[in-house]
Amino acid sequence: MTSTVRQLEQFANPTRFMAWSRPVMFAFAALAAVTLSVGLYQGVFVAPEDYQQGDTVRIMYVHVPAAWLAMMGYLIVALSSFGLLVFRHPLADVSAKAAVPVGAAFTFLALVTGSLWGKPMWGAYWVWDARLTSVLILFFLYLGLMALRASIDDQAIAARLVAILSIVGIVILPFIKISVEGLSIPWLGIELPSWNTLHQPSSVMRSDGPKIHSSILWPLLISAVGFSFMFFAMHIKGMRNEVLRRRLSALMVVEVQRARRSELADAADAMAVEPPGSVDK
Amino acid sequence: MIDLGPHAGFILASYIVVGVVLAGLIAWLIVDGARLQGRLDDMAARGIRRRR
Repeated sequence: MTSTVRQLEQFANPTRFMAWSRPVMFAFAALAAVTLSVGLYQGVFVAPEDYQQGDTVRIMYVHVPAAWLAMMGYLIVALSSFGLLVFRHPLADVSAKAAVPVGAAFTFLALVTGSLWGKPMWGAYWVWDARLTSVLILFFLYLGLMALRASIDDQAIAARLVAILSIVGIVILPFIKISVEGLSIPWLGIELPSWNTLHQPSSVMRSDGPKIHSSILWPLLISAVGFSFMFFAMHIKGMRNEVLRRRLSALMVVEVQRARRSELADAADAMAVEPPGSVDK
Repeated sequence: MIDLGPHAGFILASYIVVGVVLAGLIAWLIVDGARLQGRLDDMAARGIRRRR
């Protein structure tokens, strides 16, 4: 067990990460290109229109994966933050920092595409119901994490504060889920009703199986896999950039120290070559 | 050309927004990485390294 943990730790060493992550990133990017091409082509050109929503159901092929990845992105941020606070792993904060802008982008896309879907279906771009509002809070949470980190000069302190806020903020994820579907855990005596909402409940991730026809379900799942590959490729690229950024910061410190030593050496040389008695009395 | 019905504008706008945002994010990641690698290469050329 201990040796397995050590092997995993070595795998996640920043130098080794830079070695193995490059081919993985390109593989994920290639898989994203292929699966997204297939999924979105099927969704836009092949899948039938919905009997109620007509062609607007085609927005689902980008909206639903964006919404899933918005939440998954935050889960990665929170788990990475946990890794930083508990295990103090050097890559944990790198992972958390890199996942934030990617997660924020997908949350933004979930909000915008949802709004564009809502107008023809509900007659409004936006309503302040529990699902939409909780996803908007998730977006603000992502922005808050970026703003908090940027506002603190000491990166070690910033990382810890951002990690604490990330873990506290994870409460938004079950809130997003419960906001439409409620929560029923009979053996614990928990029975939360859903809030009043225009948003439809989940049609795919249900305990009694998907409720949509396979001709629409498959393009959605393929698109979701494609966007997930894209998410992970971008997350890895962001992590690689962050490792480079930290190496650059370390080298800049070395450069400043070297310049100071050089200045001190020049000053010492100048004093040494100055002839005795040259100073006016 | 595929007929997307009376709400084609909403459908097209959704796909365009997704394309623009994700392309922008990918471009930012690539440019940021190239800029950082360029500065590291520049420092290495001036003999500034982490380890001797």
